[in-house]
Amino acid sequence: MKKLLLGDEAVALGAINAGLSGVYAYPGTPSTEITEYIQSHPLAKERGIHSRWCTNEKTAMEAALGMSYAGKRALVCMKHVGMNVCADAFVNSAITGVKGGLIVLAADDPSMHSSQNEQDSRFYAKFALVPCLEPSNQQEAYDMMAYGFDLSERLGEPIVLRVVTRLAHSRAAVEVTEPKAEKPLSPATDQWVLLPGIARKKYMALIEKQDAMKQASSDSIYNKVEAAAGKTGILACGIAYNYVKEALGSDANLVKISQYPLPDEKIKALAAKCDELLVIEDGQPVVEELVKGLLGEGYPVKGRLTGDLPRTGELTPDNVAKALGKATGAVFAPAKNLAARPPQLCQGCGHRDVYAALNQVLADYPEHRVFGDIGCYTLGALPPFQSLSSCVDMGASITMAKGAADAGLFPSVAIIGDSTFTHSGMTGLLDAVNDKSNITVVISDNLTTGMTGGQDSAGTNKFEAICLGLGVEPEHVRVVVPLPKNMPEITRILKEEIEYNGVSVIIPRRECIQTFARHAKDKKLKS
Amino acid sequence: MKKDIILCGVGGQGILSIATIIGEAATRTGLYLKQAEVHGMSQRGGDVQSNLRLSTEPIWSDLIAEAGADLIISMEPMESMRYLAYLSKEGRIVTSSKPFVNIPNYPDEEALQKELDTLPSIKLDIETVSKDCGNPRGANMVLLGMAAPYIGILSVENLREAIATVFARKGEQVVEANLKAFDAGVAQGQGTASRK
Repeated sequence: MKKLLLGDEAVALGAINAGLSGVYAYPGTPSTEITEYIQSHPLAKERGIHSRWCTNEKTAMEAALGMSYAGKRALVCMKHVGMNVCADAFVNSAITGVKGGLIVLAADDPSMHSSQNEQDSRFYAKFALVPCLEPSNQQEAYDMMAYGFDLSERLGEPIVLRVVTRLAHSRAAVEVTEPKAEKPLSPATDQWVLLPGIARKKYMALIEKQDAMKQASSDSIYNKVEAAAGKTGILACGIAYNYVKEALGSDANLVKISQYPLPDEKIKALAAKCDELLVIEDGQPVVEELVKGLLGEGYPVKGRLTGDLPRTGELTPDNVAKALGKATGAVFAPAKNLAARPPQLCQGCGHRDVYAALNQVLADYPEHRVFGDIGCYTLGALPPFQSLSSCVDMGASITMAKGAADAGLFPSVAIIGDSTFTHSGMTGLLDAVNDKSNITVVISDNLTTGMTGGQDSAGTNKFEAICLGLGVEPEHVRVVVPLPKNMPEITRILKEEIEYNGVSVIIPRRECIQTFARHAKDKKLKS
Repeated sequence: MKKDIILCGVGGQGILSIATIIGEAATRTGLYLKQAEVHGMSQRGGDVQSNLRLSTEPIWSDLIAEAGADLIISMEPMESMRYLAYLSKEGRIVTSSKPFVNIPNYPDEEALQKELDTLPSIKLDIETVSKDCGNPRGANMVLLGMAAPYIGILSVENLREAIATVFARKGEQVVEANLKAFDAGVAQGQGTASRK
């Protein structure tokens, strides 16, 4: 049966039908739809497949490793920068090894459509010494789930599955197979205790598996050779294959690469019958660097490092065609009456009232800085508010405000969303409390994870208790309702707490207007 | 035969519903289809677009190449010109004529309409048409109706069936209202084309 699926949905359905027992994830573009699809799938509900959102990528990775320890198949999903958050657990999962199949899905975002950087998750797979699968299309994304779980169990190692935005968020028809049964409960019997003595043995075992991983890549149906005449050999990685085929059709002289470590022999064979290699890969020049090492000095390897393809940004049919020496058609001149239309906070959004109040109060303090965080409210950096001085990574608002306050900056203000606070803000707040840092923290609580489309937020209804538990003084935990009519009260409280020399937390709380509208609609449909 | 279409507008205007309907129609008729969407940050009132590729042969790239699009279908006149580099010289723009102004530096409206007229475009006040046929939220269906005759690889009837399927779970009234808006778009669009 064929189904029209987003790349993300193909991953999700492929996992369910491969006998998945649990998906663990924190929302992040472009990976969010995987978990959402599993949450709403009838078979997943019937089987009770775990799919509730996790607090962050590290808790997700560890829970998935625990499910694997118990013998069942688990999937962890995140956007690329989530790999940084779970890196401790991920890298060590290669040392412990796995029991039930474990796939770590990283959704990379070349061109930073909705991200802070364009780091390439293939580096993480290489760093941890585990295989990486990189589907070129939706069908492969589906098929690689069963293939990846089998490979993971055969090697006893986690597998990284890397997708990019253009695959994650593109639909195509996928041939769907019958669902397989889940694995039975059968916990590992070896010790996963990474004390130095055990870790050294386990690390050596991982090193000894490298040949088997190379062999798997060499034998893989996903690393195929397409021979044609030509002096330039092409290494087409992941979705780059599609752009090459679009430009050259059956004239492409290439090795398609969708499984790592690299299939060295296939690459050497192509190099031997050509004068040069052109590496086409979405993301960073991972393969280009590796192939230079593989072929040695003197053999010409072209790609992003040589300027044949742009050094940054995603691949397109146009930049690939150009690298292949194909002429493109004549284009219309750019429009004259055209202005940029950046994203902005919704009309009626509570974050707007928070920024209006902050700007009003902080106008009296010319030396102030506001350290921002990741979510819809990052848009407070843009006009009309232009309130933020920084946005770096999940949770950095509180800790950067603390560091700046330690240096003597006043007022030092942090603004963070509810979901980001539980993801990575709580530990930083504890540091600030222990140091009695002079900071004002605004937890702008809209009762959801808004930016990614309104997923449940782990700390809903718990924020006052969390702050008190971390040691913020009760009289300096203040809750307000961000509405224009409450502006006098909000600005008064902000001013009081900025003037307080210590840690204060202000929680403006009003539901996201997008989820509010959705809930109202659902209610109407039910009645 | 193939048809490459860029759908565009402002986040929240309903371009993904248009994409869903064309996707459904293409699947029902057994065409190959690829449809790249934009999710995430850009959906918040910023410019959004979707690349739709329909073909009787297998399709490789998820993205349309420059000068490759046969059709730009836009919910907003300025947005229809954002992707001009992707429009084939033989291509066509089908757009709403009514600006959606949510930025301080929106271009002069008269100059914008004038520039659109120099391009191979048809435009219509789809919001007024959808209000006139009693479905104020159906502007995107009016636009799809306008574009229908130019999609070519799918018939108007294919698209009507897909609308019925996609909206079926919302009830017969919603299906009827959307079909009415779509039909009005087909009729008005042809009027616009013949006047040119």
